[in-house]
Amino acid sequence: MSHVTQSVSDQELQQSVRKFIVENFLFGQENPSIKSDTSLLEKGVIDSTGVLELVSMIEAKHKIKVDDNELVPDNFDSIARLTQYIRRKQGA
Amino acid sequence: MTTGTQGDVLKIDVKREIDRIAKEIAKVLGQDLKRRGLVVALSGGIDSSVVGALAVRAVGAGRVMGLLMPERDSSPETLGLSRSLAKSQGIENVVHEDITPMLDAFGCYRRRDEAVRSVVPQFGPGWKSKIVLPPVTDDDRLRIYSVIALPPEPGAQPIKARLTTEAYLGILAASNFKQRVRKTLEYYHADRLNYAVTGTPNRLEYDQGFFVKLGDGAADVKPIAHLYKTQVYALAEALGVPAEIRQRPPTTDTYSMPQSQEEFYFSLPYNLMDLCLYALNQGMTPQEATAVTGLKAEQVERVYRDIAQTRASTRYLHLRPQLVGQVPEIHT
Repeated sequence: MSHVTQSVSDQELQQSVRKFIVENFLFGQENPSIKSDTSLLEKGVIDSTGVLELVSMIEAKHKIKVDDNELVPDNFDSIARLTQYIRRKQGA
Repeated sequence: MTTGTQGDVLKIDVKREIDRIAKEIAKVLGQDLKRRGLVVALSGGIDSSVVGALAVRAVGAGRVMGLLMPERDSSPETLGLSRSLAKSQGIENVVHEDITPMLDAFGCYRRRDEAVRSVVPQFGPGWKSKIVLPPVTDDDRLRIYSVIALPPEPGAQPIKARLTTEAYLGILAASNFKQRVRKTLEYYHADRLNYAVTGTPNRLEYDQGFFVKLGDGAADVKPIAHLYKTQVYALAEALGVPAEIRQRPPTTDTYSMPQSQEEFYFSLPYNLMDLCLYALNQGMTPQEATAVTGLKAEQVERVYRDIAQTRASTRYLHLRPQLVGQVPEIHT
């Protein structure tokens, strides 16, 4: 599994995270003001239910187990942070 | 944790406020709602008790109907406390409707238990459950609901499991039947008597969306929505709400395991949430709020952030149905 996911570049992974967010939280309407480092919580893109959805998506799609102590804004609050978190977990 | 000075910022002239609210309710009832009395759903909690007492001050005990609607998961004290409030205020028109059969018919318990079972597979008959949030002041963790399931065997250890999106929404949706069935009955009795329906949220609940849309969020008049919970307690004493109600810890009385409001929603005791909300509403910086709340600045900052996020995510609960064209004759 790790072998397959490592074949995806960081840029592709980031695009895939962005696509999930746009499709699920913005009804497919791209919002240029949401940069890769924009805070999704502060911007109101995701709320607590949105965080749950992100966790479910990451665990299902990327076959990662998200631990309770990893549920912090540093890992979940922007597209870039999510991408880095997934990458770190895949490498672990 | 809070000192007298910290609590003082929420002190109000209680007697004056009671008079003002009573006059305002009577005015709204006669001029806007054009109804002859008030239905108050009594839960044995502080908020509904205060609203019941204010309703009596506004229109007289003879024009107030107290509705008692316990169900299978309600605390055993609920009925006794509600009756005690009615007696203390002279409310004689008290109707008891057990809503368990209605909830059963909706599949409330079955649907909820299926959702719990999706994350705790061993959850079965006789088990109890509740959903909880981690405390907000401890660290920067994102607050995600978990379920706690308690096996029926004496001394058994509870099982805690993080909820999936489907399980969380499923438990919430099923539990919301309780508030919606109650509101349906409140409006049935209100229609039959030509009365208006009261809503009982305090300011914390109203601000943070701690209510069910078209459930306990629905009402014709919400007499304490502007009052912090600390102030509601102050009114309770002056209104003669029985001590057993005033001294009882706030609870949601919604889940089969006892559940405090902190666990479910606020993540902090109500008096601290009140002070944080007050400080935020007054435009205080987290540093300035330390004197009012007794918390550290970084803790206040987390609470502020949580309040803002909860406000944003529950905003839709306050919205009325959104039209996509103008109807100027109705909405000016």
